[in-house]
Amino acid sequence: MNFSFLVNHIVELSITGLALGAIYALIALGYTMVYGVLQLINFAHSEVFMYGTFAVAWVFVFVHGTTSVNQTLGGTAGLLLLSLLAAMAMSAAIAMLLERVAYRPLLKRKAPRLMALISAIGASFALSELMGLRDRVVGWVGLRDDLDNYVSKARDVYTNPVTIQPQTVFTVGGYGVKDVDIMVIVASLLMMVALDQFVRRTRFGRGIRAVAQDPESAALMGVNATRVIRGTFILGGIMAGAAATLYMVKIGSTRQNAGFIFGVKAFTAAVLGGIGNLRGALLGGLVLGVAENYGAAIFGTQWKDVVAFVLLILILLVRPSGILGESLGKARA
Amino acid sequence: MGVVRENLDRVARRYRALPGPARVALVVLLVVLVYLLPLLRPPIITTNQIDFGGVMFAIAAFALVAVGLNVVIGYAGLLDLGYVGFYAVGAYTTGVLTSYHAHWAFFLALPVAIAVTMVTGVLLGWPTLRVRGDYLAIVTLGFGEIIRIAVTNVEWVGAARGIKDIPHPPNIGPDPEPPFGDGGLFTIPSLQWDGIVPSLDSGRETTFLVFGAVSAVPYYWLVLSFLILILFADRLIKDSRVGRAWEATREDEDAAEHMGVPTFKFKLLAFALGAAVGGLSGSLYASSQSGYINPQSFPLLLSILFVAAVIVGGAGNRWGAIIGGTLVAYLPERFREFADFRLLVFGLALMILPVYRSQGLLPPRRTIRARAAAEEIEHLEGRDEAPTEVV
Amino acid sequence: MSERTRVLELDDVTLRFGGLTALDSVSFHIDEGEILGMIGPNGAGKTTAFNAITGVYQVTSGEVRFAGRSLAGLKRHAITKLGIARTFQNIRLFGSMTALENVLVGADANHSTGVLSALFRTAKHRREEDDGHERGMELLEFMGLASRADELAANLSYGDQRRLEIARAMATGPKLLCLDEPAAGFNPQEKAQLMELIRRVRDRGFTVLLIEHDMRLVMGVTDRIVVLEFGKKIAEGTPAEIRDNPAVIAAYLGVDEDAS
Ligand SMILES: Nc1ncnc2c1ncn2[C@@H]1O[C@H](COP(=O)(O)OP(=O)(O)OP(=O)(O)O)[C@@H](O)[C@H]1O
Ligand SMILES: [Mg+2]
Repeated sequence: MNFSFLVNHIVELSITGLALGAIYALIALGYTMVYGVLQLINFAHSEVFMYGTFAVAWVFVFVHGTTSVNQTLGGTAGLLLLSLLAAMAMSAAIAMLLERVAYRPLLKRKAPRLMALISAIGASFALSELMGLRDRVVGWVGLRDDLDNYVSKARDVYTNPVTIQPQTVFTVGGYGVKDVDIMVIVASLLMMVALDQFVRRTRFGRGIRAVAQDPESAALMGVNATRVIRGTFILGGIMAGAAATLYMVKIGSTRQNAGFIFGVKAFTAAVLGGIGNLRGALLGGLVLGVAENYGAAIFGTQWKDVVAFVLLILILLVRPSGILGESLGKARA
Repeated sequence: MGVVRENLDRVARRYRALPGPARVALVVLLVVLVYLLPLLRPPIITTNQIDFGGVMFAIAAFALVAVGLNVVIGYAGLLDLGYVGFYAVGAYTTGVLTSYHAHWAFFLALPVAIAVTMVTGVLLGWPTLRVRGDYLAIVTLGFGEIIRIAVTNVEWVGAARGIKDIPHPPNIGPDPEPPFGDGGLFTIPSLQWDGIVPSLDSGRETTFLVFGAVSAVPYYWLVLSFLILILFADRLIKDSRVGRAWEATREDEDAAEHMGVPTFKFKLLAFALGAAVGGLSGSLYASSQSGYINPQSFPLLLSILFVAAVIVGGAGNRWGAIIGGTLVAYLPERFREFADFRLLVFGLALMILPVYRSQGLLPPRRTIRARAAAEEIEHLEGRDEAPTEVV
Repeated sequence: MSERTRVLELDDVTLRFGGLTALDSVSFHIDEGEILGMIGPNGAGKTTAFNAITGVYQVTSGEVRFAGRSLAGLKRHAITKLGIARTFQNIRLFGSMTALENVLVGADANHSTGVLSALFRTAKHRREEDDGHERGMELLEFMGLASRADELAANLSYGDQRRLEIARAMATGPKLLCLDEPAAGFNPQEKAQLMELIRRVRDRGFTVLLIEHDMRLVMGVTDRIVVLEFGKKIAEGTPAEIRDNPAVIAAYLGVDEDAS
């Protein structure tokens, strides 16, 4: 155990932890909203995120070609904005597809919730594999694999041709805070505030909260549950797309199974904060990101995930419904 | 899918219509057939690209796991996404006791492995079974990961290298003395098929009973025997106060409490028993043909596949679990030609299944009818009920 | 009356949910062999009183005593084993189990078979199974459900489900049986039949606490009545006394007597 490392690098660990946690939080929103509305663990949400990361990668290749370049954050600002839009569109589309193909038929048939989970797991496999097989798929439909020839095999790590070089913006406690981390944290917070306001203020947001509280009375009040559910998936997708962009900025590479571990962490974050609770997702994500970093500093990087899960178990012991408690909007009995 | 359902239902009906002795005879015949399957090597179902005996071993092992997990998911209604953790605990306990730190005989290590796994189950269940059902999914998933990461990084259990030279179960009859003697009591040839014409295949013999590197069939027999044993136990327990308590808890935990069922205790019991079967399977896996385990043998994906096996088969039905386990283990091996597309197809199948068979392939009797009645009752109750009613 | 043993006693019980006082210093008691009715408008706190008695909620202040013993801190299943059983306002049967199995779960409250005795089919296990079946079938018979014993609870008719809930509760072998609107959703004739049945339940030696909306019905079957309104006990007495009690009349005025 290495406490002195933790103490000496506390600022760095905190800030990079917050950045990581912010990405978890953005993904967690998708889990939490769908859970709030459907009481369903949308296992395939990790894939929604993963497709977003590829959308970013493809935009980079499309605009920039495949020769690798180093760039500053400012130098790629326009590119990032384009990527963000592409990732949001891609993730939202995948989320919508998921809802349509994997869940709606089950809801209609009133299948048990466990079965919906199986469908979600299946969708997760299928989506991830589809991405893993994309070179084959692209070959079939007769397209030259132009976008993809930057890497040899679809299952390999896919590295962005544009590598973003973090620049130090200012120094705190001996650590140079990087622009990338600031951007990730600020952008995530902005997205979340926007979402929070959207759910609180708009008619559609009220619909979400109504369905989350009591689908039957919501239906009586004239809320169109199908639309609300679809909208919830899309909103979650948009947030995952944002997370994907930030992830590519910070990590710089992705692969067909990149969603899995981030998905698991994000879901952990959602439960940690109190599932069904938007602010809980934010808090859970940040706590998880920072705790993981601290834990990795103390016990060694290989124990990072263990720290995350042990933390989850400990918090559930003390607060069985998460830090902020459950509920989308208002407390449920 | 509908065809599967109809045929299964019809078979079950016919079976129940038979007189007692005929039923016993039929079951015995069937069991013998199942034991001999890897030797009969029936066309079509036999895998050609990889050793069919090995595939049958994997199927039996998956079925065993599925039957164990069915207690947790199907009977008690606890969604356990970290079952691979118990599997790993059983395997590693065996590896450590028989090879890495001591040299116990396999059948000595086996009960200890089961006991250790059971204790692990209780230790995990004690704090976590109190939290809401859905959270259990993520907590158990985390547990599976914790175990995997732990064995990857802890030198005491071999870290990433794993544990090798885990001894096999003891032979019956003389040990083989290559290159001269096969050992064992006698050898059994396999069949080979030319179209529908069978003939003896002397090149593919199984020695009774040598657990060696040549044939996977003895390992299959061992797992199958345990599977049958567990099935009996499963049936006896399910058909008792314990089984009823599980079912009641799964159906309505509050109502069960009010009927005097200490639900927490019974959930913990289901968890521990499920873990024990997981440990048993893990232990059998560790001492199987290769005698080698490493952390990569226990990915999270395996947990997901286990759960899929139980639910695909029809949670709550032991035969469903066996069918599910068989399918999940068998299909990918049978269709190796499509190796690259296996997971994709598997994923799509998991998506399609719930639509056509929302209760799994072989649901327990409960879900077969119901529905319309339930809706009518909701309607009647709705006539005079305050919406805020809690219990 | 006062010679009889006290089965249950609520002593100044208050129960709050956040700001809402669902039970406000409620006191009453039930004597052995009595049928005590509990009435009151929607939201009066009747079900909450049941929940406080059966251990769903811990009371904020005051005490619930059963056979002289405080129930504070006891788990729900422990309370059942002490001898209090209940039904639910919303039917809560184990839908995937047969009628008989539902009753068996209740009867199992008196049993202690564990995994080992089940595995080895010990004498105790067999004795308990036999006892459960016997008691279960007898109760189903009593409730007029014997012919439906092997039907899944979810497939039973509404009325049968209501009766099965009572049978299941009786199977736990309670001294006190708490019935939460057992006649809800029934037509007048079915209601009358059920009240008759409840009287027979009492004659078998059970003490009954009965929640019922329908004033007339409650009058006919109960020995005494407790009236709740807004969490407070506003009256207590024999049916005749309650009928003429101005506070009760006021509470029910404007509220359709036949709301149920
Ligand atoms: N768990 C809870 N949390 C908050 N409020 C509750 C809870 N349970 C009950 N209440 C409130 O307590 C009050 C009493 O409810 P209760 O269900 O006991 O009424 P009741 O007399 O049974 O009515 P009904 O005739 O409609 O069944 C109601 O205002 C209800 O909303
Ligand atoms: Mg009530």
